[in-house]
Amino acid sequence: MSEMESAPAAPAKIPGMDEKLLEERAKETGSTRRDVLFDVTDLTVNYSGVPALKNVSLEIYKNYVTAFIGPSGCGKSTFIRCFNRMNDLIPTAEVAGRILYHGIDLYGSEVDSVEVRKRIGMVFQKPNPFPKSIYDNIAFGPRILGWKKNLDERVERALRQAALWDEVRNRLKESAYSLSGGQQQRLCIARCLAVEPDVLLMDEPASALDPISTTAIEDLMHELKKDYTIVIVTHNMQQAARVADMTAFFSVDVDEEQDRRTGILVEYDQTPTIFTNPGDKRTEDYVTGRFG
Amino acid sequence: MSAAPGVVGRRSGGDRVRGTAFYVLLLVAVTIGFVLLFVLLADVIRKGIGYVDLTLLNEPNSSDPSKAGAGPAIRGTIYMMVLLLLLVVPLGVGTALYLEEYADRDRWYNRLLEINIQNLAAVPSIVYGILGLAFLVRGLGLGRVLLAGALILTLLVLPTVIVASREAIRAVPDSIRQGAYALGATQWQVVRRQVLPAAIPGIATGSILALARAIGETAPLLLVGALTFVAINPTLLGSFTALPVQIYQWIARPQDEFRLLAAAGIMVLLAILLTMNAFAIWLRNRYQRRW
Repeated sequence: MSEMESAPAAPAKIPGMDEKLLEERAKETGSTRRDVLFDVTDLTVNYSGVPALKNVSLEIYKNYVTAFIGPSGCGKSTFIRCFNRMNDLIPTAEVAGRILYHGIDLYGSEVDSVEVRKRIGMVFQKPNPFPKSIYDNIAFGPRILGWKKNLDERVERALRQAALWDEVRNRLKESAYSLSGGQQQRLCIARCLAVEPDVLLMDEPASALDPISTTAIEDLMHELKKDYTIVIVTHNMQQAARVADMTAFFSVDVDEEQDRRTGILVEYDQTPTIFTNPGDKRTEDYVTGRFG
Repeated sequence: MSAAPGVVGRRSGGDRVRGTAFYVLLLVAVTIGFVLLFVLLADVIRKGIGYVDLTLLNEPNSSDPSKAGAGPAIRGTIYMMVLLLLLVVPLGVGTALYLEEYADRDRWYNRLLEINIQNLAAVPSIVYGILGLAFLVRGLGLGRVLLAGALILTLLVLPTVIVASREAIRAVPDSIRQGAYALGATQWQVVRRQVLPAAIPGIATGSILALARAIGETAPLLLVGALTFVAINPTLLGSFTALPVQIYQWIARPQDEFRLLAAAGIMVLLAILLTMNAFAIWLRNRYQRRW
C-alpha cells in the first residue's frame, strides 16, 4: 500500500483522450472562484415507491459546465429532471431530499414548478421543435410569459446566441421541421435562451446528432457558459471531458435479493481528476472502458 | 447455410398455391364490394337522374309526384348539421381533452366515463330515438321540433367525435408537451397553444366523418317527429323534416314515380355526403403531420 502512495499508479487513460485539453481544463477550473448555485442534499427519487436514485448530494457551481456520466439506468436523467421539476409531470415519481437553488428549496411548498421551469431551461435528448415556424418556436416562450415587446429582437438574439441566426435568418417563417437534426437541436437551445433562464439543463443533447452537429453543440456550450450555468447528461465520455468543468459519475447499485437496481452517485470532482486520477475504482473502470 | 450459387431453392409447391389462393380470395372480396356499390349507384342514378331539378331542390313535398320536392327537407338537414356541428364539437373535443390531458386514470369515475363512451358508440340509433322521444320531446316538453332532432343526433355522434378527437390528441407526441412545460408553460398554455393546434386536423377530419354519419340517420329523427309534409322553411323550434326521412317516406308510397323521386333524393344526399368526405380527406392530406 505504501509503495502505491510513494509511486502512484499511472493515471487511467481514456483511449483517444486529449491530454493537453484536460491540462488546460484543470487550469481553467482551478483558477475560477466557485459560487454554489444548486446545493443538493440527500436526494432520492422513487417511481411507484421503488427508488431509482438514492441519497445524492452534490453542489453545482455557477457558470460551470457540470456533466453527469454513467451507465444506462444509473438515474442520471432522472437526476437532471429534478432540477426543473420535470419529474412532477410523472404521476408515480416522488422526490425526497432537498435541492437549494440560490438558497431556496426547489421542492418547498411555496415554490411553483412553473416558475422554476421559467428560470431553469431544458434541452432534451431528441430535438423536439414545436410543429410551428422557426420564428414561432423561439417566440413561444416569450409569448407565454407575456413579453410582447421587441419580440423580433428577442428571437434574433436567441438565434444568434445559439449560433443559428446566419443559417435561418432568411427562412424564419418556414416550418422548424425543415431544419436538419443538428439545427433543430440548436433551435431548441435557442428556444430555451429566449426566456432568459439562469440554467440550461441538457439531457444527452447530442446523442441523436452526427459528429459535426455534435461539435457545433459543444462549441456552443463553451460560449454559453459565460452567461449560463450548464448541466449536461451524456453517454459520451469524450464529450464530458471536452465540455465539462465538473463531472459526476453515477453507477447502478444492484440489490440481488430484491432484484432492484438503484442509481447512486459514485464520485464527483473536477473533470480532469475524474478522467485521469479518479478516487474510486468503479469510476476508473468506467472511464477506462472496463465497465459499462 | 451455404451460399453457393444455385442453392437458393424454389419455394415448395404447396406454399405457392396457398399464396396464390389467398391473393385470389382478396381480389374476390374487393370485387364483390366494388361491384355491389357500383350496381347500387348505377341503379339510383338511372332512376333518379330525371328528377334532379330545381323542383326537387326548392319545392316542398306534394301528393303529386311531378310537383313534389325536397326543399324543406334539404334545408332542414343543412340547418340540423350546422346546429349539430356547433353542439358536438365543443362537447366532444372538451371531453376528449379532459380524458387525455387532465383525467387521472386511476380514478374510478374516469374509467367509468371511458367505458361508457366506448359502449355508447355501439348503441343502435333507434335507442337514441326513443331516448329523444321520452326525454327531449315529452320529458322536457320540447315538442317535435328541429332542435330536438339536432340534440338527438348530437348524442348519437358524440362518442364518435370523442373517440376521433382523443386519437388526434394522443397522436401529438409527448416531447412537444415536455418542450412546452420546460419553458415554463402552464397546463392550460400547453393544451391551448401546443396540443390543440397540433390535433385540430385530426379533430376536424373525425368531426366531419361523424357528421356524415349523422346526415344519413333516419330512425331517431322519425321518433322525435320529423314530418314529411312541411311546407315552410324549418326554424329552431318549429316542425321539421330531413332528407333521409323524406326519402324514406317517398319509398314507402305506392306510386312508382315517388320511387324515382326517392332515387333523386338519394342522389342529393350522396352528393352532400361525398362533398363532406372529400373535404375531410382534403383536410387530412393538407394538414397531416409526420412527427
